[in-house]
Amino acid sequence: MSEITNFKLCDLVDKIKKKELSSKEITEAFINRSKQSTKLNSYISDNFDDAINSAEEFDSKPDLNKKIPGIPIAVKDLFCTKNLRTTAGSKILENFIPTYESTVTQNILNNGGIIIGKLNCDEFAMGSSNETSYYGNVQNPISENLVPGGSSGGSASALAAKLTPATIGTDTGGSIRQPASFTGTVGLKPTYGSCSRYGIVAFASSLDQAGPMTHDVKDCALLLEVMSSYDDKDSTSVDFVRGNYLKDLTDNIKGKKIGIPKEYRVDGMPKEIEKLWEKGIKIIKDNGGDVINISLPNTKYALPAYYIVAPAEASSNLARYDGVKYGFRSKGENLIDMYEKTRSEGFGDEVKRRIMIGTYVLSSGYYDAYYLKAQKVRRLIKNDFDEAYTKVDAILTPSTPSSAFKIGEKLNDPVSMYLNDIFTVPINLAGLPAISIPAGHDKKGFPLGLQIIGKAFDEQNILNIAYSIEKNIEYINNIDDWWIK
Amino acid sequence: MSKNNEEYLIKRNNIEYEVIIGLEVHAQVLSKSKLFSTSPTKFGSEPNTQVSLVDAAFPGMLPVINEFCIKQAIKTGIGLNAKINNRSIFDRKNYFYADLPQGYQISQYKNPIVGEGSVTLDMPDGEKKIGIERLHLEQDAGKSIHDIDPKNTLVDLNRSGVALMEIVSKPDLRSLDEVNAYIKKLRSIMRYLGTCDGNMQEGSLRADVNVSVRKKGASELGTRCEIKNVNSIKFMQMAINYEANRQVDILEDGGSIDQETRLFDTKKNETRSMRTKEDAHDYRYFPDPDLLPLELNDEYIDDIKKDIPELPDEKKKRFIEKFKLSPYEANILVSDIETSKYFEEVSKKSDVKLATNWITGELFALLNDKSIEITESPISSENLAKLINLIKDGTISGKIAKTVFEIMANKEKDPVKIVEERGLKQQSDPKELEMIIDKVISDNPKNVEAYKSGKDKLFGFFVGQVMKQSSGKANPQLVNEILKKKLN
Repeated sequence: MSEITNFKLCDLVDKIKKKELSSKEITEAFINRSKQSTKLNSYISDNFDDAINSAEEFDSKPDLNKKIPGIPIAVKDLFCTKNLRTTAGSKILENFIPTYESTVTQNILNNGGIIIGKLNCDEFAMGSSNETSYYGNVQNPISENLVPGGSSGGSASALAAKLTPATIGTDTGGSIRQPASFTGTVGLKPTYGSCSRYGIVAFASSLDQAGPMTHDVKDCALLLEVMSSYDDKDSTSVDFVRGNYLKDLTDNIKGKKIGIPKEYRVDGMPKEIEKLWEKGIKIIKDNGGDVINISLPNTKYALPAYYIVAPAEASSNLARYDGVKYGFRSKGENLIDMYEKTRSEGFGDEVKRRIMIGTYVLSSGYYDAYYLKAQKVRRLIKNDFDEAYTKVDAILTPSTPSSAFKIGEKLNDPVSMYLNDIFTVPINLAGLPAISIPAGHDKKGFPLGLQIIGKAFDEQNILNIAYSIEKNIEYINNIDDWWIK
Repeated sequence: MSKNNEEYLIKRNNIEYEVIIGLEVHAQVLSKSKLFSTSPTKFGSEPNTQVSLVDAAFPGMLPVINEFCIKQAIKTGIGLNAKINNRSIFDRKNYFYADLPQGYQISQYKNPIVGEGSVTLDMPDGEKKIGIERLHLEQDAGKSIHDIDPKNTLVDLNRSGVALMEIVSKPDLRSLDEVNAYIKKLRSIMRYLGTCDGNMQEGSLRADVNVSVRKKGASELGTRCEIKNVNSIKFMQMAINYEANRQVDILEDGGSIDQETRLFDTKKNETRSMRTKEDAHDYRYFPDPDLLPLELNDEYIDDIKKDIPELPDEKKKRFIEKFKLSPYEANILVSDIETSKYFEEVSKKSDVKLATNWITGELFALLNDKSIEITESPISSENLAKLINLIKDGTISGKIAKTVFEIMANKEKDPVKIVEERGLKQQSDPKELEMIIDKVISDNPKNVEAYKSGKDKLFGFFVGQVMKQSSGKANPQLVNEILKKKLN
C-alpha cells in the first residue's frame, strides 16, 4: 500500500471521487508511514485513532462534493484544534487541550479533511531551523542531521517524507517558504488578511499568516482555496472575493511582467542560487513573460525592522502565558515569583531572547528610536513594492540565501540564523503574497527554491507563474527513505 | 441650599492655598456585551460565568470591536459637547496581574475616540464650565479576591473585558462641591443618553482623583498626586480633603510634593503612597495589531447625533421658558432623567405649578422616606395628575389632598375613587356652608365680640371651627369669603 503515499493531494482527491480509494485506505497509509517515521520527529501529537474513525465515518457516507473529501492532513502545532493537544512547540503549553477549533483547521474539516496529527515547529514559531522546539529537532528527510528549516519545520519534513499528502504552516517572516525551500516542496504565504488568524497561537499579529504547503502548485492552489475565508472573528481578516485558484490555474503567462530586484543579489550568495535565479528568469522569458529589472531600495532595512516589530508584538502576545489560567505553572512564593519561575522554566532561550528584545524596544525612551522607526521602515518597504507594482505584475527572487544547514550549525549564532529570512521577511512586512517552489539543488544535492512575490490579493497570478515555472524546471526531490530501516 | 460654594481654600499661618482637582472618571458602558467579545455583562452573576475564551485570553483568541460600545462612546462624547475623532486607535497597555488575562489591557492612548469638550455645572453662585480633556474606551480587568481563601487569591473574570469610558477632566475643579456637582452632572448626562447607569455601588462609576495645591494667586500648577479608584462622591471628597491638607502641610514644612500614585483608605480616612514616579509602570503602549484603527466618517457620527435625546441643560432651559419654573426648580426636576420624565407626564395632564410643588414636595419626601427611586414610586404619574386636577377643580382642598396622597401611597391607587368612596369631596355649596357658619357664630358670641373689637387673629379660630364642623371638607376659599361677609 505504500504507493498511496506517493500520490499528491489532487490525485488523492481524484481517486476518492472516482472511488478508486477509500478515505480509510488513504488515511491508514499515511498513518502507517508516519508510524515508521518517528525518527524524523515531525509530529508532536498524533490523532491517529480518531482519524481512522473519521475516515470510516466518511466512507460510510461519503460527500464527494467537498474539496478534499476524506483526505488526511497533519497540521502545524500552532493551530488550535478542538480536543487535540496544541503546544506551539512550547513547554508552557505542554498539556494544553483547546476546547475550540481554529478557523483554518475548521475550514479543512468543513471541506472533508481529516486531521491526523499536530506537527513539530519552532517554539511559538520563533526560529528558522525547528531547533527551538521544546519537543526536539526535526530531521529533514533530504539528508540525515539536516534541518528542515523553520518555523514550520515539522510540516515541511512530514510533507517531504510523505507522512501527509499536504500540510499547513504559518509564516511570520518566512516560516512557510524557507522550510519549503529546504525540503524541495511548495509553500505559499497568502496576503495578510486572506486566512483567518482566529485560533492560531499568535507570534506577531501584524505579520502572521497561515498558508498551504504541498508537493506541487496544483495542490497548493486547492489547499489555499480550502483555507482562505473571510472571518468576522478576526478583525484583520479581509472580505474580498476569493478566487477559484485551482480551476483558474494556468501556465499561460504570456505578457506578464516579472520584476527582478537588484537588491536581492546579496554578497556571499552561493553561485548555485545565482544560477537558479537565472534559470527561473529564462523559463519566464521562454514562456512569454517580460523580465524587467527593478529596485526595492529599502530591502536592506527589512531584517532589522522585522527583528524589532516581530519581537515587540511577541513580547505582548506571549504575556498571557503566565501560569494563571492554563498551561504550565511553577510554584512560587507569591504572584511575581510564580510568574518568574513559570516563564523562566516554561519558555526556551529563543523565546526569552525575543521577549526581551520586544520589551526593550517598546520601553519608554526607546519606543521612538526602535518601534516607531521600524514602523516607518515598514511603510517605506511597502512603498517600494507599490512603486515596483506600477511596472511589474510579480517579482521573482530566490527563496533563501542558502540551502538547508546541519542541525546545530547555527544554533549558537542567532544573527546568522536570522539572516536566513533575508529574502522572505520583506514580504511579511508589506503584507503581500509569495510562493516558494523547488527549483534545483546545490552542489551538496540539497534543494533550493525560487520565490514569486505578488500584489496584494493576487494569489492567482503567483500561482500561475509558479505553475508555469514548475512545468518547465524538471525538479525531482531525491528522498531515499533513509530514516525507515 | 446652603451657600457653601465659597472658594475652597486651606489656610495655614495666614497663607491661603488653592486646591486644584482633576478627575479621571471610569464609567462602565451600558451594553449587554463586552467591548471585544460577546460575553454578557450582567452584574452580580456567579464568579466566572460571564467569561468567553477571548476574555480569558486563550491562545489564538482575537478581540473584535463591539460596535454598540463605540456608538455609546460617541453619544457620550456628544453629550459632553466634545469633538468626536474620525480616527482613533486601540493600544495595548502592558502589565502583569492575575486578573488581567491577556497581560495587557486594550485601551486608547494617543488617539482617543473623543477629544476636548465641556460640562456645565450649576453652582449656587452661577454656572461654571469644566473642561473635558478626552474620553477613551478601554477594557476593564477582572477582580482579584484575597479574603475568601486564606492561602490563595481567587480571580473572577466576569468584569474582564467589560467596556469602560475613561472621561478625563481638565484640572478645572476647585472645591468639594464642584466635585460633587461634576460627578452628578456627568452621571445625569450619561443616564439621559443611556450610555452608563451611573451606579456607583455596583462600580459602574469610579474615579481617579488628581489633586494639587498652590498658593492663592499663583499661576503655575503644583505637583499633583493621583488617588486611584475612589468609588463614591463622599470618599472622593474625603480623599481630596485629606490629600490637599497633607500637601499643604508638606509645603508649609518647607518640603516639596512628590508626584505619585496614592490609595485612599476609607477606614482610616487617609491617602497612602502606592507607587512613586520612579517605580511607575512602564506600560509599553503600542497599537494593538489585532485591531485596525477605528475610522468613523462624519455621516456615521451625524446619524448618531440625530438620535441624541434632549439633555439636562436644554431641558432645563425649556422648563424655565415653557413652564415658567425657577432655575432652582428646573434644576431639581431635570437632574435625574426619570424625574424629568415623571414631571413631564404629570404636567402634561395637570397644572404645572401644582405638579412642580407636589413632585418636589410630597413625592420626593415619600420616595426619600421609603428610600426608593422615582421609577419605583407607588404613585404613578397618571394618578398624581388626577389628584392635582381634583385640587385644581375644587373637588378637594389641598389639605384633603395630602390625606388622599397618603392613602394613594399605601393602599388605593386612584384618587378619584378614594375621594368618592370616602366622601372626601369638598363642601362648596354656599348655602350649606352658610348654615355651618351661622351656627359657629351663634355658638361663640364672646369671640365674635372680641373679633369685632379688633382681635383680627380670631378669624383663624372661626375658620378652624367651620372646618371642624365640616370634617375638613369645607371649601376654604368659600369659607373665608362667607365668614368675612358675616363677621364684618
